[in-house]
Amino acid sequence: MPSLLEVKALKAYYGQTQALYDVGFDLAEGGITTLLGANGAGKTTTLRAICNMVRTEGAVRFAGKDVTGKPTEEIVRQRIAHVPEGRGTFTTLTVDENLRIAAYTRKDKGEIAAERDRVFSYFPRLKERVQQQAGTLSGGEQQMLAIARALMLKPRLMLLDEPSFGLAPLVVVEIFRILHRINEEEGVSILLVEQNAALALELATQAYVLETGRVVMSGPSAVVKNDENVRKSYLGY
Amino acid sequence: MPSFPKKWLVILIGLAVIVPLFQPVLPDIVSDYRLFLVSTMIIAAIAVLGLNLLTGFNGQISLGHGAFYAVGAYTAAILMDHAGMPYYATLPCAAVVCFIVGYLFGLPALKLEGHYLALATFALALAVPQILKYKWLEGLTGGVQGIVLSKPEVPFGLPLTEDQWLYYYCLAVMLVLFWAAHNILRSRSGRAMMAIRDYAIAADTMGIDTALYKTVTFGISAAYTGIAGALSASAIAFVAPDSFNIFLSIKFLIGLVVGGIGSLAGSVVGGIFYVLVDNSAQALSTFIKNDLGLQFDLSAYTVFGILLILLMYLMPMGIVGGVYLLIRKISTVGRSTAAAPAGEPQRSATQPAEASKSH
Amino acid sequence: MEQFLQQLASGLANGAIYACVALALVMIYVSTDHINFAQGEMAMFSTYISWQLMTWGLSFWVAFVLAVLISFALGVLIERVILRPLHNAPVLSVVVVFIGLLAICNSMAGAIWSYLIKEFPSPFPKSSFGIAGLIGPHQLGVVLVTLIVLSLLFVFFRFTPLGLAMRAAAQNPQMARLVGVRVDWMLALGWGLAAAVGAVAGIMVAHIVYLDPNMMGGILLYAFASALVGGIGNPGGAVIGGFIVGVLENMVAFAGNQIEKVTGIYIIGNGEKLTVALIIVIFVLTVRPAGLFGRVVVKRV
Repeated sequence: MPSLLEVKALKAYYGQTQALYDVGFDLAEGGITTLLGANGAGKTTTLRAICNMVRTEGAVRFAGKDVTGKPTEEIVRQRIAHVPEGRGTFTTLTVDENLRIAAYTRKDKGEIAAERDRVFSYFPRLKERVQQQAGTLSGGEQQMLAIARALMLKPRLMLLDEPSFGLAPLVVVEIFRILHRINEEEGVSILLVEQNAALALELATQAYVLETGRVVMSGPSAVVKNDENVRKSYLGY
Repeated sequence: MPSFPKKWLVILIGLAVIVPLFQPVLPDIVSDYRLFLVSTMIIAAIAVLGLNLLTGFNGQISLGHGAFYAVGAYTAAILMDHAGMPYYATLPCAAVVCFIVGYLFGLPALKLEGHYLALATFALALAVPQILKYKWLEGLTGGVQGIVLSKPEVPFGLPLTEDQWLYYYCLAVMLVLFWAAHNILRSRSGRAMMAIRDYAIAADTMGIDTALYKTVTFGISAAYTGIAGALSASAIAFVAPDSFNIFLSIKFLIGLVVGGIGSLAGSVVGGIFYVLVDNSAQALSTFIKNDLGLQFDLSAYTVFGILLILLMYLMPMGIVGGVYLLIRKISTVGRSTAAAPAGEPQRSATQPAEASKSH
Repeated sequence: MEQFLQQLASGLANGAIYACVALALVMIYVSTDHINFAQGEMAMFSTYISWQLMTWGLSFWVAFVLAVLISFALGVLIERVILRPLHNAPVLSVVVVFIGLLAICNSMAGAIWSYLIKEFPSPFPKSSFGIAGLIGPHQLGVVLVTLIVLSLLFVFFRFTPLGLAMRAAAQNPQMARLVGVRVDWMLALGWGLAAAVGAVAGIMVAHIVYLDPNMMGGILLYAFASALVGGIGNPGGAVIGGFIVGVLENMVAFAGNQIEKVTGIYIIGNGEKLTVALIIVIFVLTVRPAGLFGRVVVKRV
């Protein structure tokens, strides 16, 4: 199967500081891949670099097209949905408006209503709060909203940055279950950045481990899960 | 930017003192009109220096320095007209009054930054002409008609024309003021001022009493521009409310930006510049109307406006900054590269744009 | 009593103008964090454009619509050409550029149309409506037109996808990009709309204050006061602030007049309106920067 996302020799900079030195990986269509690593390893930066939110060098190819250095909004219009750290919901807009804004770029207007229904079926809690201001939702609900909004973009690839951050364990489990469903039922490929390595490795089929801006290990998650270094550093046993 | 090389400074000052004395010999070149013009340039330089102290060296944006100029001018005018005070005595008075006004404005200004301070001073500038026309002050200010004064008399029966004397008077004041500014900026206080400009938030933690420095700088800056105003009252021998409108403040801003933010020499260049363009514009406008027959009321402000915008892209450090860069490029040997933060224009007003709405 | 009502009505009419200009200011502030010091002069220039169109034979309302559209286009142009490159420039540079714009608009207007004060026609019928001489037809017309324009804008931002996209871009540009919104164009459109709204204000007020290049200076000051009173980040607040300031300044002048009538002492009157506006500006900025409806932005260190 041809790779949906190919990243080669990716470097990234915050101003003068270099954060990524040489990141490369492939993501197959329909798969779930996870990026693991400690704080500051460059996981979030990698996601940002893919969307050209930071200065990058190297090559990023999505669905066969070269998207390196293109404006973020154009990359997103290729149907990559990025759910950033801290959810990134529009706090002063309502849930309804948050979902509508995501549909803004879609050409297939007729599909949108059906899409909303499907999204609400994944997240019934959002349906209850549809006119509520997004800023007043709980952390878990905001995360759900962020994912729901990503779905409204009808993405081929979803980039998720630390979806478990700051959420209660039960909520996290629920969200990961929904992610699994989304991947299976909608065929959305997922690139997941997570500090919670155990959960990530359960959900994902492929895993890459980053350390100080470089990929130091890669492979099927089953293999990575059992690697001694990984177990010691990230899984705690 | 390293201070103006001493040798050149001495030569320039020497020329400034000697040349006007040649009037009897070269009456057309060293004419009374030209001397008057140069006097206005000197006054402009002082006014721009005042603004530079606050905005260029201390990072507080002011679009309203015309207000302090007006206060200085009116203080001098009122003292001369109503109290019969001699013209030279009005300068320290104007300085004190303007210092107080500036300091008082600086107090609430402590809470304001960037755009908001610009807004507050802009509002001040817009309201000044109306404030000056306030009915209760009419007795003092002469209302809309203003106050008519007389130019300084040549003292001690010296063989000088009124314009020559005015020129030397202004020159002397300018030299004193610039020398004082130079010393302030070189001192610890000066470094504190500039630290506040460059590291606004950190300055506090460095143990600098930011509030004190900012308000006092406001006062000093107002005093300088106020002295310029007082000088202009004598020079033009007339004050009226409508000449102290928003465009006066804009002229100072132009002088500041064109000459060079955070540069003493730049203040002089800036002052010369805006007076020059202002005067040429009238001539140009007359030329267009009479000789070309086009009914265009061209004012200097088109030029100013375009320049302001272009400079921000091409030469944000003004002419002096641009020249400095040029010289640096040419002579790479022997230049101290440890550019002291003192007065380096690149650092001026460089609050890096608050990362636009990063969340 | 009649005089009081007249002043009130006149205050509302003025307030409508301030509301428009204040709204334009806030629109630009909310999307770019910049204060458009040139807003007044741009509006004045637009008014001259409409005057010119009428001189060329177009009727008032046709000239009005055309001038507003042209202003929209100019606003977009200014944002894309002049302001775009300054995206990350220091505050002082941006402020200087705005002042430059102000100077250019003012002097170009003077250059093209001269500094002679001109009369500007009113499109509203001369006879007063049944409100027996309390409110002039033009003033009533101003309020109506303003309310219509404001309502259209409200509907646009609230209910249309483009309006939603613009709101999102203003609130969180980074995130807006991540849902595919072309944020840069949203900024340009915001500027275009602000310029258009300013044009409406200018054309409406020209009949009252007469057409001359310096006509908007005082109004701009009132608009600043209005925007600050309402809360500089709040468009709705700006509108309400406009009406508040309009009525307030008239009431203060009226009170001053009455005091003078009764006691013979002149404290304050029509000549001090700008000073009152200045006091409002300073007061709000120092005492309650968030205004009535805004939120204070805490600067992250």
